[in-house]
Amino acid sequence: MNSNRDWTSQPPYIRADYKSTVLRGPIKPLVPIPQSLSELTGPVYGHDAVGDLDSDLTKNARVNGEPLGERIIVAGRVVDEDDRPIPNTLVEIWQCNSAGRYVHEADQHDAPLDPNFLGAGRCVTDENGRYEFRTIKPGAYPWRNHPNAWRPNHIHLSLFGSSFISRLVTQMYFPGDPLFEFDPIFNGVPKGARERMVSSFDLSLTEPEFALGYNFDIVLRGPKATPMED
Amino acid sequence: MKRGQTPSQTVGPFFAYGLAPEQYNYSFASLADGTMVGDTTEGQRIRVIGHVYDGAGDLVPDALIEIWQANSHGRYNHPADDRKDNLLDPDFKGFGRYGTGTTPDNRFIFDTIKPGSVDGRQAPHLNVVVLMRGMLLHAYTRMYFYDEACANADDPVLSAVPEDRRDTLIARRDPDLPGAVYRFDIHMQGDRETVFFDV
Repeated sequence: MNSNRDWTSQPPYIRADYKSTVLRGPIKPLVPIPQSLSELTGPVYGHDAVGDLDSDLTKNARVNGEPLGERIIVAGRVVDEDDRPIPNTLVEIWQCNSAGRYVHEADQHDAPLDPNFLGAGRCVTDENGRYEFRTIKPGAYPWRNHPNAWRPNHIHLSLFGSSFISRLVTQMYFPGDPLFEFDPIFNGVPKGARERMVSSFDLSLTEPEFALGYNFDIVLRGPKATPMED
Repeated sequence: MKRGQTPSQTVGPFFAYGLAPEQYNYSFASLADGTMVGDTTEGQRIRVIGHVYDGAGDLVPDALIEIWQANSHGRYNHPADDRKDNLLDPDFKGFGRYGTGTTPDNRFIFDTIKPGSVDGRQAPHLNVVVLMRGMLLHAYTRMYFYDEACANADDPVLSAVPEDRRDTLIARRDPDLPGAVYRFDIHMQGDRETVFFDV
């Protein structure tokens, strides 16, 4: 089917082995519409929107000490499909703590909360599309999708990019996770595109005596080459 | 070099403290919430409320709804919209975000203004993104206004929608509530499944 979306990269709405999709994903065919200013504009948040500590999750929720767990640096570039940097764009992240627990009342996993860790952060890319976070490596945690189901370690990310159509909410994974093959969310993405969600260990991002570095580039969709206006 | 798009993943059940922290009472500042207007925002004040229903007809308590809209002059607050004759409103960004987990009946609430027509062809509308646990990819829809029947009849996007489904995109004034309150329910599936767009 001719579509505005790249279905070789993006997951379908319904995927039976990820059970919540069955009643929540749209079933009727999507209606194609032209890309007008409504789709080719989007919310703009600049450097003034974020605070100094917003990108350092090891510091932005301290109460009486340092958060527990393995400190990591997560950094990379936000680019379009032609590898052009997307400068001054907002990157928001959230994650569980090192024990695999989210600071959320709906998370009843019996693992400890960390009083010094919230797990939320944000930053705005620089003129070269680069972003960087300091955080704690998130733990794996169980969920109820199927017997003995565990999510691979991951960090949630949210980006706007240059317009409403480049909106992306995704998850960044860590290299070599043994849980990949059992995870219907990770495997909900078509084969050949899944590895784009996996960060790579990067010695050049690693800070001596401080933290391991992981590189994660984010490739956002651009407008169609030929606008369908009129 | 052509690079493949980063795939989408679900927003999951725990987005609240990352994307809507103040609404859910976390001590982290929200960048956006349901209040899209300031003291000096121009245009007709409206409130948009609605529910999100799953395929079983149950309320979805953990959806996140995002709104992107033009100001009262039909201008988007974005560099790609550089039309000088549609004025910018310094007190209107045009973006709102609300989770369905904080009211007893799981509704979303946006206080905003009625947008102007973007280009003289499109009827006034809000652009809507729907995210939730159980969606690997967000969905796009639009909200139009019941009391803009003439403009809606000429709207190129509504015209692309099968006639018997257009109604799912049209918000109605609630006569029982004071002020300009529009109801816009989102049905993920079923007979009244909301029209979602391939954009």
